[in-house]
Amino acid sequence: MKLKKVLALTMVATMAVGAFVGCGNSKDGGDSAKSDSGKVYYLNFKPEADDAWQALAKEYTKETGVDVTVVTAASNKYEETLMAEMSKSEAPTLFHVNGPVGLKNWKDYAMDLSDTDVYKNLNGDEYALKDGDEVKGIAMAVETYGIITNTKLLKEAGYTVDDIQSFDDLKKVAEDITARKDELGFAAFTSAGMDDSSDWRFKTHLSNLPIYFEYQDENETSTDAIKGTYLDNYKNIFDLYINNSTCDPKELASKTGDDSEAEFINGEAVFFQNGSWEYGNVVGDKKLSADDVTMIPIYIGVGDEANQGLCTGTENYWCVNSAADEKDIQATLDFMNWCVSSDKGTTAMADDMGFVIPFKDAKDTDNVFVQKDKEMQAAGKTTIPWDFTTIPSEQWKADLSSALTAYAAGTGSWDDVKTAFVDGWAKEYKAANQE
Amino acid sequence: MEKAVRKYWPVFVLPTAAAFCVGFLYPFIQGLYLSFCSFITIDRAKFNGLQNYKYALTDATFLHAFWFTALFTIVVTILINVGAFALALALTSKLKASNLFRTIFFMPNLIGGIVLGYIWQILLNGALTLLEKPLLALDEKYGFIGLLILMCWQQIGYMMIIYIAGLQSIPDDYIEAAKIDGATEGQILWKIKIPNVMPSITICMFLSLTNGFKLFDQNLALTGGEPAHASEMLALNIYSTFYARSGPQWKGYGQAKAVLFCILVIIISMIQLKATKSKEVQQ
Repeated sequence: MKLKKVLALTMVATMAVGAFVGCGNSKDGGDSAKSDSGKVYYLNFKPEADDAWQALAKEYTKETGVDVTVVTAASNKYEETLMAEMSKSEAPTLFHVNGPVGLKNWKDYAMDLSDTDVYKNLNGDEYALKDGDEVKGIAMAVETYGIITNTKLLKEAGYTVDDIQSFDDLKKVAEDITARKDELGFAAFTSAGMDDSSDWRFKTHLSNLPIYFEYQDENETSTDAIKGTYLDNYKNIFDLYINNSTCDPKELASKTGDDSEAEFINGEAVFFQNGSWEYGNVVGDKKLSADDVTMIPIYIGVGDEANQGLCTGTENYWCVNSAADEKDIQATLDFMNWCVSSDKGTTAMADDMGFVIPFKDAKDTDNVFVQKDKEMQAAGKTTIPWDFTTIPSEQWKADLSSALTAYAAGTGSWDDVKTAFVDGWAKEYKAANQE
Repeated sequence: MEKAVRKYWPVFVLPTAAAFCVGFLYPFIQGLYLSFCSFITIDRAKFNGLQNYKYALTDATFLHAFWFTALFTIVVTILINVGAFALALALTSKLKASNLFRTIFFMPNLIGGIVLGYIWQILLNGALTLLEKPLLALDEKYGFIGLLILMCWQQIGYMMIIYIAGLQSIPDDYIEAAKIDGATEGQILWKIKIPNVMPSITICMFLSLTNGFKLFDQNLALTGGEPAHASEMLALNIYSTFYARSGPQWKGYGQAKAVLFCILVIIISMIQLKATKSKEVQQ
């Protein structure tokens, strides 16, 4: 009888402990590290750079003994993850915003970085994200996008990249390849997948061009109502993508970013609209060789096409959590500065992550897309900035994507795209800026 | 034994009660409060009165999602229950390998909603491509039908098990007596089997109704609300209000929608429970 009682009590005790054990866990995190040196918790934005960040964090811990936790949000889920993490007691000390619109949401959480070493190391003020006089964000990487081209296949089709100097050239080449698709065995463009792993290439990056050219015309850097002056050109390039691709436009709704990437690596298509961050994914062992790929500007038939360069800019701004513990803030600032100024840090950022960092001690990278951008800038071509960071909201992009998907499949019309682009902008700008 | 229970009841009740308070009661009350606020992180919420509810009740996508969900719930409840009951009848008759069939029909229920959603998305998109029809993400109608197929496939097996249990608990004498009195199969079904499985019907209706109404994973994976929110159900609408938008006001809107949604689910289940309970017979 006694035994039974003891047994029962033990069981109850175990259960009770089990029920409560979850609550105490957070307190003993980071046990072995010297707690007086502060901790860094970096919520990373780029899934493709996750491995490199983990390695770099380990390196830093080994060197200085400061704990660095790097957590990477899943593709397309950064805002959600950040929101959830920021509510925790162990909130990220270092996080990303994607530009002025993103900062609006988080400016109360980001500290002023004007007195920090990392800001002083920056190449210029154009890489700082400001709110009034306060430096709230610091660009940590500059990236470039355009049309990645497989020069080997292009040669097989009888062309070189020098033949493509304008939208008309691009159209001619693409349509010629499509006409001889069966004979050549490849298509002009990879599938313009509209799955949400891929649709940002069109709703955000491609739409940058009509936005940029309109801003140029109007002499503005952002707007509360877009006119859509160059939407016909946007249509032309999108038509070119979907009608000269590896698959039927009807199937695009379910095509993913991986599909498109795989098609390019397997040599099923010559052109692949994407950016310098894709370098590690398309070049390497069992992939393409660095000599066979290059990047050309996205021509849409507007402006001085002979002098058009690649789209170069950033939507990666580092912000430091102003609510974090003082020691943690200092540790974070030290870590940031180490990444962009130490030999190990800059090497890892250039080689392992393929970033061009806008800091004084930046290293050269072997990323051919980045080199191409440098080359074009040196040749006096006009770089197109990333004006898509002024897009009023994510919803604008999502609505544009829905309209583009329906248009590609033939269930919607181009007028719906226009509505999403022009009316949607005004509506979303109002919604985003109401208090 | 009773004495021991009287003496030690706090030991048994307290852990669960505490967990209930920490894990349910407190978040629920905080959630209610947050629906009157605009916020990004919950520790810095700003009270803004009834504005969130005003927005939620006038938001066209929310109202569309409500009707879409209502229609879906009605259709799916009928389909699942009729299908499950028919299967249960078939598998309680003396059929060879009925145990094997029961297992097979139950299996889909073991797979998570997201996984099922993606699998069916590939399957249905494949079929639609062959038929040269627009894909799921492009047409509200196909999205709706796709969701129906998916939910039936997943849930019928589960409800079937409940119905089988109900059917097997009917005493054999009832049916034997009815047969001796010359009742037809139809009469046995309507006058004996159905009234006697009323408790099972209650529970199955309740489950499929709330499952249909609260559907989220399958909706997210199968259609993602495309095209342009047209196949978005309430739960997904709340999710996308909350997460796809940035800005403190949207979190408040999402929260207000979630509270409205919760009230709706409670009301519907109460009505339904009351309606079917009154039809139950005592054995």
